Amino acid sequence: MLSVEGLRSKYGRIEVLHGVDLEVKSGEIVSVIGANGAGKTTLLRCLSGVQPASGGSLMFRGDDISKLPAHRRVGLGLAQSPEGRQIFTNLSVEENLRLGAYLFADARVDKDMADAFAMFPVLKEKRNLSAGGLSGGQQQMLAIARALMARPTCVLLDEPSMGLAPILVDQILEVVKSLKSLDVTVLLVEQNAFAALSIADRGYVMETGRITMSGPAAELIADPRIREAYLGI
Amino acid sequence: MSDLLQFVFSGLTVGAVYALVALGFTIIYNASDVVNFSQGEFVMLGGMSTVFLSAAGVPLPAAAILAVVITALVGVALNKFAIEPARNASVVTIIIITIGASIFLRGVAQIVFDKQLHRFESFSGDVPIEILGATILPQSVWVIFGAAVIFTGLYLFFTRTLTGKAVLATANNRLAARLVGINTNFIMTLSFALSAAIGAVAGVLVTPITLTSYDIGIALALKGFAAAMLGGMGNPFGALVGGLVVGLIEALTAGYISSTYKDAAAFIVILAVLFVMPSGLFGRAAVNRV
Repeated sequence: MLSVEGLRSKYGRIEVLHGVDLEVKSGEIVSVIGANGAGKTTLLRCLSGVQPASGGSLMFRGDDISKLPAHRRVGLGLAQSPEGRQIFTNLSVEENLRLGAYLFADARVDKDMADAFAMFPVLKEKRNLSAGGLSGGQQQMLAIARALMARPTCVLLDEPSMGLAPILVDQILEVVKSLKSLDVTVLLVEQNAFAALSIADRGYVMETGRITMSGPAAELIADPRIREAYLGI
Repeated sequence: MSDLLQFVFSGLTVGAVYALVALGFTIIYNASDVVNFSQGEFVMLGGMSTVFLSAAGVPLPAAAILAVVITALVGVALNKFAIEPARNASVVTIIIITIGASIFLRGVAQIVFDKQLHRFESFSGDVPIEILGATILPQSVWVIFGAAVIFTGLYLFFTRTLTGKAVLATANNRLAARLVGINTNFIMTLSFALSAAIGAVAGVLVTPITLTSYDIGIALALKGFAAAMLGGMGNPFGALVGGLVVGLIEALTAGYISSTYKDAAAFIVILAVLFVMPSGLFGRAAVNRV
């Protein structure tokens, strides 16, 4: 589905990704864990095309997407729920969702919106309210739902658990897990390593712009180095 | 009483033009955080192109429409060749670029057109309409009506169409707009085209009353900018109210005190308002949940 080889990226003259290799197969949930500043968000920004890559290749469903502008990548089925939610605070909840399906204007938009409301009933209650007035957890739900409105085959989730109460984290993770049944492949980036690995098929560990470990999520959870460094056990 | 009404009519006419210029500022500001100081030149280009096209034999209505289209294309070109290449520059740099562009457009207008004052026929003649003892020119009605149509149309565009909401979304959060598949470069192009077209319409409507020449853009940009600041930069409704208020203050000062002081009075009121409400009458209150 998504294949990244030797991906490099820099902010100004400072390189922050030093050749990242990563593979996401169709139907998988893959988690990238790592500390703050490891380059996880930059990786997703490169994948979505809102941060330029300075080297390496990016293949999505067999196409080289590394030269495509961001909006074309969304059109190919690669959507992102960005770090810090980034919802449109000046628009209503429903308008945010509608803009998630900006590239579409057919009957399925309404159906997808109904599905989004079924997934997050609280958004339905607040559909006509300004999205800027939602709580942090509700904004996170909206960001995920908005990404799903783009009919992605692969969705990139950046820190969906950040800043949320534990009960909300569980609720969000349940939703991420359920995406599998909707045939949506997931690439999840998280500091919350245990939560991310517990729902993933495979995982990668990222440190200072490089992938340092990878493997099936169950093995990573059991690995003593990871348990010490990321799980605090 | 009839004096007052007379001043109000004249204030509404000029205020409607300021409101359209302010609206042009607002649209580009929303899409890019840039104050486009060549907004006044769009008004000039609308009027001057109409003058010269109709002098070349094009019927007035066609000349007016063509002038609006030409000005919109100039707006697109301005974005493409002056603003987009400087995309990564600071907002202040881009604003200075727009000042340069306005000087450039004035210079080109001097060469392509000339330095004379021009006008063309009013759309519905010059026989004043009498209302309650005051009179209003038919062209003034055109100006006020035209501004009303544009504001209504734009309101519907922003609230009812997906493209309009994409403009609002881009203004609110450019990163998120790109992530949902909005081509933000296209939104910028669209904003410049819209702004330029609105300016040109204002120029076409008002030229039979105020006349036009290559340099009318300076004063209009200043007044329109002041109106936009008064209403709250970035708010289309604020642009409307700001424009009308500035126009009315000018007309009433000119009528009751002296036309020498009309500019001063408008700016004193604007300064007073901004002193109490720094973001303008309807400015964005920055409320963001983190």
